[in-house]
Amino acid sequence: MSIAKDPKGLIQGAAQGLMAKAVALAPDAWVPGGVPDPLIGRQHGHVGRAVSRIDGPLKVSGTARFAAEFPMEHMVFAAILFSTIAKGRIVTLETARAQAAQGVVEVMTHRNAPRLSPPPVFMSNPKAAGGDNLPVMQDDRIHWNGQPVAVVLAETQEQANHAASLIEATYETEPAITAFDEARSHARPAEFMGEPLHDEKGKAETALSTSAVRIDATYRTPRHNHNAIELHAVTVAWQDGVLRLHDASQLVSHTAWSLGQIFGIPEDKVLVTSPYVGGGFGGKCMWQHHVLAAAAAKLCGRPVRLVLSREGVYRLVGGRSLTEQQVSLGADADGRLKALIHRGLTAKTPSNVMPEPFILASRSTYAAEAIELDVHSVELDLLANTFMRAPGESVGTFALESAMDELAEALALDPIELRIRNEPDVDPLSGLPFSSRRIVDAWRAGAEAFGWSRRSPTPGSRREGEWLVGMGCATGTYPYYRMPGGAARLTLTPRGASVGIAAHEMGMGTATAQVQVTAERLGLPIDAVDFHYGDSRLPGTVLAGGSQQTAAIGAAVIAAHRLLIKELFDIVGNDSPLAGIKPDDVACRDAGLCVRDDPERHETYASILARAGRASIEVTGEGPLPLELMHWSMHSHAAMFCEVKVNAITGEPRVTRFLGSFDCGRILNPKTAASQFRGGIIMGLGLALMEETQVDERNGRVMNPSLSEYHVPVHMDVPEIDVIWTDIPDPHTPMGARGIGEIGITGTAAAVANAIYNATGKRVRDLPITLDKLL
Amino acid sequence: MTPLRYARAADAQDAVLQAQAGARFLGGGTNLVDLMRETIERPEALVDVSGLANGIEESRDGGVLIGAATRNTAVAAHPVVRKRYPVLARAILSGASAQIRNMATTGGNLLQRTRCAYFYDEEGSRCNKRHPGQGCDAREGFNRNHAILGASSACVAVHPSDMAVALAALDAVVHTRTSQGERQIAVTDLHRLPGDRPDIETMLEPDELITAIALPPALPRSTYRKVRDRSSYAFALVSVAGAVQVEGGRVLDVRLALGGVAHRPWRARRAEDILRGGAADRAAFAAAADAELAEACALSDNGFKIELARRTIIAVLEELTGERP
Repeated sequence: MSIAKDPKGLIQGAAQGLMAKAVALAPDAWVPGGVPDPLIGRQHGHVGRAVSRIDGPLKVSGTARFAAEFPMEHMVFAAILFSTIAKGRIVTLETARAQAAQGVVEVMTHRNAPRLSPPPVFMSNPKAAGGDNLPVMQDDRIHWNGQPVAVVLAETQEQANHAASLIEATYETEPAITAFDEARSHARPAEFMGEPLHDEKGKAETALSTSAVRIDATYRTPRHNHNAIELHAVTVAWQDGVLRLHDASQLVSHTAWSLGQIFGIPEDKVLVTSPYVGGGFGGKCMWQHHVLAAAAAKLCGRPVRLVLSREGVYRLVGGRSLTEQQVSLGADADGRLKALIHRGLTAKTPSNVMPEPFILASRSTYAAEAIELDVHSVELDLLANTFMRAPGESVGTFALESAMDELAEALALDPIELRIRNEPDVDPLSGLPFSSRRIVDAWRAGAEAFGWSRRSPTPGSRREGEWLVGMGCATGTYPYYRMPGGAARLTLTPRGASVGIAAHEMGMGTATAQVQVTAERLGLPIDAVDFHYGDSRLPGTVLAGGSQQTAAIGAAVIAAHRLLIKELFDIVGNDSPLAGIKPDDVACRDAGLCVRDDPERHETYASILARAGRASIEVTGEGPLPLELMHWSMHSHAAMFCEVKVNAITGEPRVTRFLGSFDCGRILNPKTAASQFRGGIIMGLGLALMEETQVDERNGRVMNPSLSEYHVPVHMDVPEIDVIWTDIPDPHTPMGARGIGEIGITGTAAAVANAIYNATGKRVRDLPITLDKLL
Repeated sequence: MTPLRYARAADAQDAVLQAQAGARFLGGGTNLVDLMRETIERPEALVDVSGLANGIEESRDGGVLIGAATRNTAVAAHPVVRKRYPVLARAILSGASAQIRNMATTGGNLLQRTRCAYFYDEEGSRCNKRHPGQGCDAREGFNRNHAILGASSACVAVHPSDMAVALAALDAVVHTRTSQGERQIAVTDLHRLPGDRPDIETMLEPDELITAIALPPALPRSTYRKVRDRSSYAFALVSVAGAVQVEGGRVLDVRLALGGVAHRPWRARRAEDILRGGAADRAAFAAAADAELAEACALSDNGFKIELARRTIIAVLEELTGERP
């Protein structure tokens, strides 16, 4: 079912329409972001400082407790048996031996599992968290190869694992569509976040046919799997009618609501906490293991710990889908784009809503006169695919930016110059102004720092011993998002302040950056601010995804801050130096309030609270609707530079240098930001050179479900990575910042591929670029 | 993992006696324990032999005797090995990770089992190595890493060890013990080609324990080159172990072995025969590589290995016969 036809989707659509109307009626200054966040102008405070992560000592000392480490009394351990066919039904499921095995408490199958509603799939509700909407262990139907068919509960993990191996399942198979090529003829127009993945401006085909220079090429990217170092895990108990989950999550509130729907209980009877997450990347949303663990705990009446094995993550948690992208570029002799066509195919399943949206970056990157973008999708009988770091842009920029390199070659033009010549003044499709776009600055600074001028434009012209050396570049880009639903609780005491919001720290440094921001906003020292997060009881529905969490939290804290100032003025009284001042005229400094134009008139929070006899003030503010997105085209950019060497004998490609030059608005914490950028680039190196989920198309089975056979970069594959940034605040976002979590992976694969072309003269259009493609 | 009995062997004789009762020998456990977790191996009992002979001694003939329980790290770091058998040190250091090499024993490394994905998928795939007669899903499936030499219709898997390839090139000899006595087996004879019984991987008897590996005196120059998909922690797509003795531009003696191409470390005797006594030049190297690979046979995904092996053989020979760096 398409989202637009879903009734809840319709309600969402109506709300978006209302927002668009509100913009039309409201004066600009009212629009959030219209008046820049005052923090943008502050240069020497906590914001922008390289503060070390506050969770660092907890992690290196092993005292940070993760989902699989919470002890519960009388807890049992779970092991899952996965199906070995792609489609059909279970005929026999022999569990007697498992049931009789030592330590086994219960074996759950579709025969005895509690009756449950299907998971609400993403987008079907603002709080829906399901990767798909398939019923969980409710019948004998098999929908993908690797679907859980039984859960063994035992006193120890080893006993559970062993007992699971004693279960014998037989199946009746039905014809399944597991091969991409077989499904090709059934491709249908794709939708993403409720909107068609199709854009047109002018007549692109006509413009292409009359262009002086044209490039037509097809690029392919394979499936990828999530491999966060922390395995997916939940520790679950039913306590006095409340379903309690210690989770590894990037959406605690969504998960609480969704589990409430599945189990038929109110969301406030589900408590999800997730204080630490060992990597999310889009994979730590709600999957069957949550439901199975909660159902199993209900069935056996004891707390359950369910930690997926690494194989289990491959069988049960979706990854990135494959793409086949055709890019056609038409340019005049000066390299100005007349036509940009980017279209192609991806695959999803009948039960999810996630076609890999690989055209997103092509919407706003270049000023082509005519543009045509389109994604069609086929449906396969596989595990539901899902979000994975920069869904769309990661693989879309590989195609677009490889094609731009091919065009530069055809034009005999420097690839950076080609990009600068096609820099748009306004958003090429929507015509909206850019909130802040300084990609050209990023290009120039990056080229200087990387030594781009030393690149030979002639492929294969630099050799050092056995190694061919080359340089390449590409544009990375990721949009600014801010989703509705952000809300924060702000508590002020004489000792300081604390922020509470149902947001997430998955290792990005969110808690640290938000402590810096809040301390700055309130004029407090860093150690006087606490940040509480990762708890579904806290305010807000905040997804740690789309690189939007920092903005969502920021906007909510701004709202709460306004309420706090108002409350303080309600109690400030006539004896304060602030008496007679309006809230709009104050600023925060030195643990208190002052008059903005007369900072000497100051009173500490402690003094205000003491005079009023108050121990604390607590307010909850809601971030406004993200109307800034209706007024501006908001995107971050990166100029990516890569140097590779390719062994002339063996074809082995090795990246020797990489530099990312970023334009992402204000950088809140250079230390954590640099790690985010580098981490994204490293993941991009894996995308370029090695990552590939091997699905056997005969039966839809993942054949490399382990980190030994599914390759990600090892330390030796990762060279020195320089990251620099413009640090130019975006005047239309909270703190002047745009998200930084995903952009590092974008553009990277193309920069590698383009460098390999420069080194060898070989253009590889199929990822990953393994040595056999370079022999 | 299936419940099992575990005992430490007091000495080799004790180990062999215990193995007669159906126990498997446990070295570093870096492969066997993995396979037990995957329920591919389900031994009822383990006899831990990791505490047995672990010395490295120089022998009277100018060779070296390595106790079977010597850790891979210790072998690779040993000064005599580094000096006289660089091919062996390099092969070991190119495999696995430091942590795994710290655990893995020399005997155990030789007896690693293939990493074929279909062999590893006990529940979902057919494999003649796990279940003779079941069929082979690799032949028509993902076989990029699979054999180009010596494969059979029953099995196209490759042997994963780097160390074993170096030992094959060094003419190493395995010392073993059973309840019946002791014997010696050339490393090149230890592993079988798959034929119609790919489940039988070596010529060892079920209770036969590897006690030591003997290296004869080395040729003056040797090296190991491993080609793989990432810089570390990946099995060889192709590897070449080579040792040569050159005088006056002619090859007096040569040993070559290939890894990642067959069900066992592939001693390249055809290539050696062409090289021995001939000119040490690129044309001869190419002719030797071509002869060795003449019967190579590609599957759907691994055809590149034939050219890769050819290039790597030539490059190793050029390196070993060229100017010393």
